[in-house]
Amino acid sequence: MTGEMSILEVRNLYVERGGVAVLDIPGLTVCEGQVLTLIGPNGAGKSTLLLILSRLVKSVQGELIFRGRKVDSNDAAQDYRRKIAMVFQEPLLFDATVFDNVASGLRIRGVNRGEIKQVVGEYLERFGISHLDRRSARKLSGGEAQRTSLARAFAIRPEIIFLDEPFSSLDPPTRESLMGDLERNLRETQTTAVMATHDQFEALRLSDLIAVMNKGKIIQIGSPGEVMNHPVDEFAASFVGMETIITGEVTKTDGGTFIVSVSDQDVEVTGEMHVGEKLTCFVRPENVTLSLEPPGGKTSARNVFPGIVLKIIPMGFFNRVCIDCGFYLVAYVTNQSLEDLSLSVGKSVTASFKATAIHVIRKQK
Amino acid sequence: MEIIVEGIRQAFYLLFTLDPEVLGITLLSLEVSGTATLISLLIGISVGTAVALTRFPGRQLVVSMINTGMGLPPVVVGLFVTIFLWRNGPLGDLEILYTPTAIVIAQAIIATPIVTGITLAAMQHLPKNLRLQILALGATRLQMIWILVKEAKLPLLAAVMAGFGSVISEVGASIMVGGNIKGYTRVLTTATVMETGKGNFDIAIALGVILFILCFMINAVLTQIQQKERPR
Amino acid sequence: MKRFKHNVLVMGMIGALVLAVCVSPAIAAPPKQKNLILATTTSTQDTGLLDVLIPLFEKRTGYFVKTIAVGSGQAMAMGQKGEADVLLVHSQEAEKKFIAEGYGISRRLVMHNDYIIVGPPGDPAGIRGTKTAAGAFKKIAAANAIFMSRGDNSGTHAKERAIWKNAGINPEGQKWYQQTGLGMGHTLAVSAEKKTYTLTDRGTYLALKKNLGLDILVEGDAILLNIYHVIEVNPARWPKVNAAGAKAFSDFMVSRQVQGIIKKFGVDKYGSPLFFPDAGKKEEKLGK
Repeated sequence: MTGEMSILEVRNLYVERGGVAVLDIPGLTVCEGQVLTLIGPNGAGKSTLLLILSRLVKSVQGELIFRGRKVDSNDAAQDYRRKIAMVFQEPLLFDATVFDNVASGLRIRGVNRGEIKQVVGEYLERFGISHLDRRSARKLSGGEAQRTSLARAFAIRPEIIFLDEPFSSLDPPTRESLMGDLERNLRETQTTAVMATHDQFEALRLSDLIAVMNKGKIIQIGSPGEVMNHPVDEFAASFVGMETIITGEVTKTDGGTFIVSVSDQDVEVTGEMHVGEKLTCFVRPENVTLSLEPPGGKTSARNVFPGIVLKIIPMGFFNRVCIDCGFYLVAYVTNQSLEDLSLSVGKSVTASFKATAIHVIRKQK
Repeated sequence: MEIIVEGIRQAFYLLFTLDPEVLGITLLSLEVSGTATLISLLIGISVGTAVALTRFPGRQLVVSMINTGMGLPPVVVGLFVTIFLWRNGPLGDLEILYTPTAIVIAQAIIATPIVTGITLAAMQHLPKNLRLQILALGATRLQMIWILVKEAKLPLLAAVMAGFGSVISEVGASIMVGGNIKGYTRVLTTATVMETGKGNFDIAIALGVILFILCFMINAVLTQIQQKERPR
Repeated sequence: MKRFKHNVLVMGMIGALVLAVCVSPAIAAPPKQKNLILATTTSTQDTGLLDVLIPLFEKRTGYFVKTIAVGSGQAMAMGQKGEADVLLVHSQEAEKKFIAEGYGISRRLVMHNDYIIVGPPGDPAGIRGTKTAAGAFKKIAAANAIFMSRGDNSGTHAKERAIWKNAGINPEGQKWYQQTGLGMGHTLAVSAEKKTYTLTDRGTYLALKKNLGLDILVEGDAILLNIYHVIEVNPARWPKVNAAGAKAFSDFMVSRQVQGIIKKFGVDKYGSPLFFPDAGKKEEKLGK
């Protein structure tokens, strides 16, 4: 799926605003056909990086290399911009029909009418908006508008498409169906893409490569599996949904497993460590199971802790349950289980998770 | 009261009998103010767009000046234009004082800041990322500006209305730089003032009514376009 | 398609405007030296006299006259700056000074009419029938009756100040002394509206009489003579002045034909002439 040919590269990128570094990226390479997702909180520098990668904004320091050539002069930038496309969070449609909007990039390029008609037709179809072609862009719903914006970008048949939080302002069902269409079109057209999002699920679903950003830096880059399961630090961990973050010290090792003492509780972890090392442990909330049976019951999990429910936060299809079991632990519980266990704040429960479900990193200074 | 009724009656009489003098005055008003508006649109849209899209030192000052210029008193403009166009003034060799051209110049000066200011506001009102989106579609700078102007066309229609409205109804500058010369630089407003001075109130009212009808018709057409395009 | 139509409409309107400008003969500047700027008083325009005389002059000589109707004071200021070629004004003292200072040449008597003091028929200050203008002004001041002045440095305003001087009164700053800063027609309209006294030339008064409701209260005093002169601006001072045109206009105004027209002007409409032709007469002899 991932071509090894580099299509786009930045080097020594450094952007400052008011004396504060907003981007500091020594190097980043996007390979042909790859979908790279930039993930991170608001203000991490994702949008700025996208604007620089798409050369809509010129960075003072650093260079942009497209297919081995530097994009430095204004002419080069103009040429480069004709090979890329950008989709923003807002659809930013023109005051014209859907057809005219989708055709706009081609018209800018002076493509002849016949070809425009054919290409626009194809992309209207691809994004399921053929029936809206004569409609004014002003009369579209949010989802229809963003479909038009995507179709407009794809109709250019760009070599790279940049997407800046394209689904953030859509409701969940619309987002879901649109993401499916985007995924399919990226695959079918083999288009290289760089997308910014703060949503880990979006990132997981669409990406070949995920770059976690914080405060203008890429703190981790890797496959979705790597980034999700082996975050390099607390920030990366929290951002990919590892809600339970506990620190402790290795007190015992035992061929393939070791014990970390956390707030006087022993947590058993799979892996190799030396006694005395200080660690941070992460547990994904979906890997924590709750029950009403007291510890010592029949569970295959090595780590079983009694605790008290502190908070229950409904999240729609599931609930976030925060538990105090000597340390702070978060578990996801389905609505059904919540009812079966008749959980409520203050109730005693038993939390358990497997020794393999824990990701540890050495404590940072 | 009867003088107003008489004036309105007179207005329609003059209009429908195509009184050559009144017709001439009306056409000259349209021509002069139309030309001035056109010039102000060319300058105002370019300058307004340029100021809206660029950042440069002193920009704030320029914006303040444009906003102040939107309220330029016509007589003051008239005075300065007169002084510049005097035979022995800096531009005296052009010999255009007391000509329709002089009125066009004065009116263009009055309307330009209005058009510029509205253009500036309209452009700044467009979504921030729209410019980037247009560039990302591969547009050159010129293509981008053209698309932006098209996107702002509703408020720009308001600029046309405001600009034209301000000059067609303006009297102070027209009388100073035009001189209200019969059959040459006499426009609806200056004629109205003169007829009032002569005590011909019915004709003055008639001219006023014609001016009003004119403004109304032009604005009606532009409003029609604007309202049709209005979103939802 | 809707969009397209509107664009066409807007473009069409712009196109029409451009076309209007291109085909307009009025915008094209007339040939050089053809232009003659006549700075005159509002009274000659407001009475309609110039509407009769100017086309005749233009037809006869081929000059294009730009008549700028302002107060006598402003007309002479324009002459002083060389911004007018010929003046038709009525402000004796200022005119003499203008000539003495070398701004103008050849000041020729054209015509006269007279000033009258008008006021509300009720005549609150009781000036009706007073022999002298100065006497009437004294009564107005004594009665604190409102007097409406032009206050615009026009010939009429200059005359009014001369009368106040004769009466030995300085009206400036008095509560009953108000100034419009407007032309004669407007000042009469204001005066009628507020029922005050004012000084006016007979011509403008007759022309506007029907809408005013103001009576003639004092007339016939020698000081009330309103004398119009035509003055050519001195080309030695301002080379751009159209001296030939000014001379032609001056000659035209004192010509027998024009004097004949002036004599008859207004008779059909008001029953009496608005101006009395005086070409060739001595100024001192007028009104006697």
